[in-house]
Amino acid sequence: MCLAVPAKILEINGDLAKVDFSGGVMREVNIMLVDARVGDYVLVHAGYAIQVLDEKEAEETLMLWREIMEIKDAGAP
Amino acid sequence: MTEERKFRDPVLANRIAEKIRSVAPKNDTIKICHVCGTHEWIISHYGIRSLLPKNVEIIAGPGCPVCIVPAAEIDEAVNLALKGVTIACFGDVLRVPGSEISLLDAKARGADVTVVYSAMDAVRIAKGNPGKDLVFFAIGFETTAPSTAVEVIKKPPKNLSFLISHRLIPPAMEFMLGIGDLHIDAFIAPGHVSTIIGLEPYEIFPKVYRMPTIIAGFEPLDILIAIYMALKQISEHKAILENEYKRAVTWRGNIKAKALMSRTFRVVNGAWRGLGRLPDSALKLMDDFIEYDAREKYGVKIERGRDILPGCQCHLVIIGKIKPTECPLFMKACTPQKPIGSCMVSSEGTCRIWARNMLPYFAH
Ligand code: SF4
Repeated sequence: MCLAVPAKILEINGDLAKVDFSGGVMREVNIMLVDARVGDYVLVHAGYAIQVLDEKEAEETLMLWREIMEIKDAGAP
Repeated sequence: MTEERKFRDPVLANRIAEKIRSVAPKNDTIKICHVCGTHEWIISHYGIRSLLPKNVEIIAGPGCPVCIVPAAEIDEAVNLALKGVTIACFGDVLRVPGSEISLLDAKARGADVTVVYSAMDAVRIAKGNPGKDLVFFAIGFETTAPSTAVEVIKKPPKNLSFLISHRLIPPAMEFMLGIGDLHIDAFIAPGHVSTIIGLEPYEIFPKVYRMPTIIAGFEPLDILIAIYMALKQISEHKAILENEYKRAVTWRGNIKAKALMSRTFRVVNGAWRGLGRLPDSALKLMDDFIEYDAREKYGVKIERGRDILPGCQCHLVIIGKIKPTECPLFMKACTPQKPIGSCMVSSEGTCRIWARNMLPYFAH
């Protein structure tokens, strides 16, 4: 119920957008709650995009984790 | 997404578990409370509890939106269904017990109960069937309430109305702190609720209650990091609000969604299954939309119901006071196939999650 799944916006048609949940699962979702553009990743909950994911923050989170873990090499272990 | 894999890196997970062990207080028992069914699923599924020191306990608070719908509100839906109104609801709600029967039982008695994936589907059905009286049973926390708001504000066809059972998470967290013998040391706040409400509403927890509070995402590493952040604060005697889920949660949350919600709903007291009425914890449609309020339209308002069946301990499981395994009925009289309480019905209920993840043990 409170699950929200990331998906990529492929096409926008007014309040609706065609999204890809990765692995080729496509669906139409309502995007009235967000300001999303084609190519953005959004979190989808019960048929509605509820937030646009911030890719820069995602990168920074990974960096912060590595910092906490004192992993010097920024690449994937 | 390769991004996803990075957030599940097992090497990092082991590193974090090590860090957790190094920062965790050695003797005191520490209780970290999360308030989200999806967090519980991830914690159980990935065996996160087994990576923690013995004195660090993760408990599940009232974070399953299906489990906490009080019997009286299921009774309202059942009542409408038996009167001939079509009920559109999320799949998980079908089997939630009312005082006497569930919506699934009502369906077996000939009532028209249909499962929808979203509020949008309910609107579609109403448009396609103008002769049908349809009620959308709108349950869910702040994550779901904005989608109801979207549809109400668009003024859907008049044959559709809404049975609003939305609930709010921060008042439930505050309620948890008032339970004298629970002794919570830190909160992990639900990431998806927070994408909507932002960080602001959680400020009282560190400020007023001196409670370390971390907003966490939904990868196993998000949760491990959040546990680490909470333990670090505890060991340093700090109480601050930290955001681990920055890729989706901002200070102010989803401004558009919040604006829609405040145009559509007002905040009222609301009953939670087994917990009683919590102040300012529920939503009600504003007077402007009263024609869409199913309770007003059909004159149905049930104040009291039988939340907990004899023997069921859901009222204690919902607040993390006991583990599902401490309920004498767990996996005996009560199983995912034949659930007794709402915590075993919903896929986000703690009993159901524990049952699913422990199934191999019960198979022997
Ligand atoms: S195991 Fe079943 S009976 Fe026991 S608390 Fe959970 S839902 Fe209730």
